[in-house]
Amino acid sequence: MLNNFPLWPEQASTMAAHVDALYIFLLIVTGMMSLLVFACLIFFAARFRHRPGVPAEQIEGSTALEITWSAIPFLIFMVIFAWGAIVFFKERTPPADATEVYVVAKQWMWKVEHAEGQREINELHVPVGRDVKLIMTSQDVIHSFYIPAFRIKQDVLPGRYTVEWFRATKPGVYHLFCAEYCGTQHSGMVGDIVVQEPAQYEAWINGGSTGPLSATGEKIFAELGCVTCHRSDTQGRGPNLQGVFGMPVQLEDGRTVTADENYVRECILDPGAKRVKGFQPIMPTFQGLVSEEQVNALVAYIKSLSAAKPGNAGEKNKTSASSTAPAQPNGSQVQ
Amino acid sequence: MSMSTAIPQPTIPHPVERENYLNKEYGVWSWLLTTDHKRIALLYLLSITFFFFIGGFFALLIRLELLTPAGDLVQADTYNKLFTMHGMVMVFFFLIPSIPAVLGNFLVPLMIGAKDLAFPRINLLSWYLYIIGGVMMLHCMLTGGVDTGWTFYAPFSTSFTNTKIVEAGLAIFVAGFSSILTGLNFVVTIHRMRAPGMTWSRLPLFIWAHYATSIIQLLGTPVIAVTIVLVAAERALHLGIFDPKLGGDPLLFQHLFWFYSHPAVYIMILPAMGVVTEIIACFSRKRIFGYSFVAFSSIAIAVFGFLVWAHHMFVAGISIYSALVFSFLSYAVALPSAIKVFNWTATLYKGSIHYDAPMLYAFGFLGLFTIGGLTGLFLSALGINVHVTDTYFVVAHFHYIMVGGAVMGYLGGMHFWWPKISGRLYPEGWARLAALIVFIGFNLTFFPQFLLGYMGMPRRYYDYSHMPEFQVLNVLSTAGATVLGVGYLLPMIYFLWSMRYGKPASDNPWNAAGLEWKTASPPPTFNFDEEPVVTWEAYNYEQLDAPHKEEVPVAR
Repeated sequence: MLNNFPLWPEQASTMAAHVDALYIFLLIVTGMMSLLVFACLIFFAARFRHRPGVPAEQIEGSTALEITWSAIPFLIFMVIFAWGAIVFFKERTPPADATEVYVVAKQWMWKVEHAEGQREINELHVPVGRDVKLIMTSQDVIHSFYIPAFRIKQDVLPGRYTVEWFRATKPGVYHLFCAEYCGTQHSGMVGDIVVQEPAQYEAWINGGSTGPLSATGEKIFAELGCVTCHRSDTQGRGPNLQGVFGMPVQLEDGRTVTADENYVRECILDPGAKRVKGFQPIMPTFQGLVSEEQVNALVAYIKSLSAAKPGNAGEKNKTSASSTAPAQPNGSQVQ
Repeated sequence: MSMSTAIPQPTIPHPVERENYLNKEYGVWSWLLTTDHKRIALLYLLSITFFFFIGGFFALLIRLELLTPAGDLVQADTYNKLFTMHGMVMVFFFLIPSIPAVLGNFLVPLMIGAKDLAFPRINLLSWYLYIIGGVMMLHCMLTGGVDTGWTFYAPFSTSFTNTKIVEAGLAIFVAGFSSILTGLNFVVTIHRMRAPGMTWSRLPLFIWAHYATSIIQLLGTPVIAVTIVLVAAERALHLGIFDPKLGGDPLLFQHLFWFYSHPAVYIMILPAMGVVTEIIACFSRKRIFGYSFVAFSSIAIAVFGFLVWAHHMFVAGISIYSALVFSFLSYAVALPSAIKVFNWTATLYKGSIHYDAPMLYAFGFLGLFTIGGLTGLFLSALGINVHVTDTYFVVAHFHYIMVGGAVMGYLGGMHFWWPKISGRLYPEGWARLAALIVFIGFNLTFFPQFLLGYMGMPRRYYDYSHMPEFQVLNVLSTAGATVLGVGYLLPMIYFLWSMRYGKPASDNPWNAAGLEWKTASPPPTFNFDEEPVVTWEAYNYEQLDAPHKEEVPVAR
């Protein structure tokens, strides 16, 4: 509806409609509030302009009025707050079976790795109608992955993963911006989001790939010798990683954490920080020995060891890409 | 009757000027070593005007670069330094000291009937600290500058950029102490130095606003000082505080930075609210509607203002639950501002409204602040914030508050109290024209930026050749900035002109309430010939207008 209106950004994701609806609501509400204030201002200014012999009438105030014009705006504010929070929760809750794509930001480019093994720079190919979850980290400073047509943005931090997700609704090429100032070429850290029909996307994703990301991870896992301690057949000197991803882990210091992407990442780069209960602090840190891309591959591999867990959706989608779309619980929200 | 002590003797027109704070002593040292709050206010006026035009010059270059999508006027690094230095100069060396250090310094003792601030020497020290900080900032700019944005985000500022972070930080650190000392002086003065009969409920709302501001300056500024020290420590000593590679946390920096820098916005806007309150009361000849609600809303803003900092960080990586809390609290802080706007509007009702230049600025403030405040509701809504944060929407929003609000208030106040400060009247026609030009120029500059922001143009972009569709609105904005520049130059010219050629001002040219109008223009060094005794409420316009209903003597 709004796609051809000038001065309005394109709507190309399920989220765009939600954000625009709230935005239009706010335009109407604040438009009415300012109209009311400005109408009063202009009317009073004209009606009560100074006329000789007509003194001002002194009015002390009115508690009833004060309460009214505090309570009504507050109620309106609470509606906006709640609506904004609902949209935000949608934005921040990736569907469990979303296709996962790894993003590594650096000054001044976006590096993208698909689970299938395709790599891109300053470009991201995605199919229409599929949930895509971006797992992002930065090699240097803070960046922010912003797609105006999808109405989503998330800062990308060094030293941890942040996540955002979307479902594209319209084929096309959309802007990708870095939205957090990151140095000299900040404004050059832009790219394209290429949304394709599923068939085109299949052709693209299967062309010239080096094999799935998790396979790369498995290779690195062997090369770095991780496999000698983290054995898959028996319990070695390190924890057995089969089926660990996404599960709660008991730590030596008594805490329990969930083995998510950030936890696996931290265990590789700072193994002492959250040591699993019952294991000796013998694992060396791999900080500086592995690149962000290699960490991503390792994380993808460890996820693939929990085959039934969400992490594997990427490979599952590869074979049945178009069939996943109608199965989404929120599929009805598309347009 | 009872105020006969404060009313100066009706002297016969005399060629010899009365002795006042301006002509009491001459010579450079009588200014540089003065402890008179009014002279210190003028020292501040000169220095912040200097920095305002430096910051404005940077803004002009930014707008010229953005006239075309390609980065063609300056280098990328130069552009990044321009917006950084524009922000730092305008925030720390113009907006924060603007109303408090100039109008506040001049008026707080006068309005409460005191001879001076509680600590006159500390007041002078605070100006010297400001100047030392300012000279350091100038040196920093002239020898390379900084390119982090005024927000200094780590780890870019601590581990990546090779520009002069530590020097700029130190300049802000020193200037921060100037701000702390001013706040301290105001708090003590307002508590301890009020004239007999000047109870808290008789204080002008300008004083309430400055009291609230001072609390923020006292409690908030040390936090930015600590943050700057931590940045310097990480840069110089490689301590792992913010950079994850050294074991630090970059979000910690943002929490600390915004814990000061959000309340800092209220350091800028609260005094402007105080100014506008005085102007609206005077030019509608009325007491302020809901005095106590306006007074306490200032305090509420100061308190809630400390609890909303993380609304700058909704997409920075904080948890969704903390985002929820900070979104809610942001609506809580919006409420007292809304209450103020409603009370100002209600004050006009059944008033006797005059349209002199200060009132035009006050109307401009009301319009721009309302738009700025309402767009804050957009930014506080989590779902929308994700889309518009770090875009031109935010740039437009905070300029509506900090320039549309604070600078309009500052200019309105300068016009309103100029006869008291200089003893001369400014040319009214020019002043009205300037108010109109500023209002039009401002809207033309910043309204298109709301549209740009929702369309998705990120802030701090030097080159937008990837998205040429943004050019039309950018051209509008640059055109507006040119108009705005003219609007800001005009008052400077005619204020200077009026110091020599302006008509001498009477003691109370507006027939305004407030103790500052009950002494001479310009006031004598110790403000009042005899200590005033207050027996009336603030804004007693009924009494002021009663004796001569036919003709309200408003100067032209």
